[in-house]
Amino acid sequence: MKVIEVSNLRKRYRDHLAVDDVSFTVEEGEIFGVLGPNGAGKTTTVECVAGLRTPDSGTVKVLGGLSGTELKERLGVQLQSSAMPAKIKVWEALDLYASFYRTPADQGALMERVGLAGKRDTPYGKLSGGQQQRLSIALALIGGPRVAILDELTTGLDPQARRDTWELIEQVRADGVTIVLVTHFMEEAERLCDRLAVIDSGRVVAVDSPSGLISRAGGQQRVRFRPSGPFDDAVLGVLPEVTGVSRDGGQVEVTGTGDLLLAVTTAAAAAGIVPADLRVERATLDDAFLALTGKKISA
Amino acid sequence: MNKMILTEAKLFLREPGGPIFAILLPLALLLGLGSIPGFQQADPALGGQRVIDTQLPGMMVVLSVVTMALTALPGTLVAYRESGVLRRMSTTPVRPVRLLVAQVVNNVAVAVVATALLIGLGNLVLGVAVPRSLLAFAGVFLLGSASMFGLGLLIAAVAPSAKAAPGIGSLLMFPLLFMAGMWVPRELLPDLAQRVGDFLPMAPFAQAIRDTWAGHAPQPLHLAVMAATVLVTGVLSARLFRWE
Repeated sequence: MKVIEVSNLRKRYRDHLAVDDVSFTVEEGEIFGVLGPNGAGKTTTVECVAGLRTPDSGTVKVLGGLSGTELKERLGVQLQSSAMPAKIKVWEALDLYASFYRTPADQGALMERVGLAGKRDTPYGKLSGGQQQRLSIALALIGGPRVAILDELTTGLDPQARRDTWELIEQVRADGVTIVLVTHFMEEAERLCDRLAVIDSGRVVAVDSPSGLISRAGGQQRVRFRPSGPFDDAVLGVLPEVTGVSRDGGQVEVTGTGDLLLAVTTAAAAAGIVPADLRVERATLDDAFLALTGKKISA
Repeated sequence: MNKMILTEAKLFLREPGGPIFAILLPLALLLGLGSIPGFQQADPALGGQRVIDTQLPGMMVVLSVVTMALTALPGTLVAYRESGVLRRMSTTPVRPVRLLVAQVVNNVAVAVVATALLIGLGNLVLGVAVPRSLLAFAGVFLLGSASMFGLGLLIAAVAPSAKAAPGIGSLLMFPLLFMAGMWVPRELLPDLAQRVGDFLPMAPFAQAIRDTWAGHAPQPLHLAVMAATVLVTGVLSARLFRWE
């Protein structure tokens, strides 16, 4: 089931076309990434989806066409740079936001879920950056939403806090919440997202799974190994996945696409060869992004 | 709504600097200046009233209201806008205008406490009479507060930053306080200044407070100017207020 359908979305600010003909759909239960460099129009796009901005043209249909209060009851949003008053305690913030919804989630369980149960009485201003972000996620989930939009939520976090946050998002998805994740971190997109919309200068450049995007961008992989004995290159050359075999000293380098590693190791085993020092190098989402947009994403 | 007011009240009391200032400064001025012997004698310039009868306590009531309305309220609201508190709230089913209401309620509550203390301690310590027509006094207090808080919301609507907001408030506050008779009683201001003051929002508030304190009816012109201020600032701030 499609929970979000965006078609031909356009939004102009004064002299600047922020979103220029964006279309995508988000399926129920997936983590859908909106990936792009700063200023690409990601935030404007999700703000239109959340009903916070009115598009100049195009349509947005969320959960079958909800709008206004009904939409906000079922859509959790955590926006970039929205702080809380420094003196508000964790439980007070959750309690206050719970009172905004008809059927709020259980506060205790949510605090437990985001790992803030021990920080119940800590004021917002005294939380670490990662804890503030987790409270932010909790506030986006307190209404018991079916869809959550999370905008740049690991920006500014240290690597450990970022990993903890990723784990939390995976758990939230496991609870059945569809997630739209806005990010400019490749690693985050690759790790979390089932599918991604790559946005550049207000346009959707591609919508695909991370591995789909990578293979679309050439998707060349390289498998290197040191064979345990001599063999004929043709053993590997005939495989459909393989595009080239070369030797460099004692090393064999095989390039190709698809499930290259499995194909190579299976063929090698059949030929009685043990591949030592086996290494796979593959294109990354960064390479894919570069190929799709002609620019590097700024991290 | 109750939870919002309660939560805002708790936050408010955790940063007690503003409210304490708005309560203690007028109170200290009333008790300090009020004990100067000259201010306790009938003054022909005030139509035979003593300074401590209505001039001093009335101005202190106005001072506590405008401190909250023109500096405390805009400062908090603009900070809320700047840090994204209002933006986050706008993603929930609750309209962020409720936060404005909760803030105004809390700030007015401080002004009410300050006024009650001014009346009570003024009476106990200096023997200042309690306002003779208490109901009319309360009505004027509410109308005047509404006009001042309307002005405060307008400042919050147009102030570019949380740092600028209280500054703009003070910039507006001091000339208006002067026209209202804060430093020189209105009776002693030049005729023209009194005429002009009648049409600025603060002097009618101060004058009506003093009138009802003495048991006189407030002047219709003053009530009209206050009501017009409520209307104009209300409409303008509703139009101009930005949530982010």
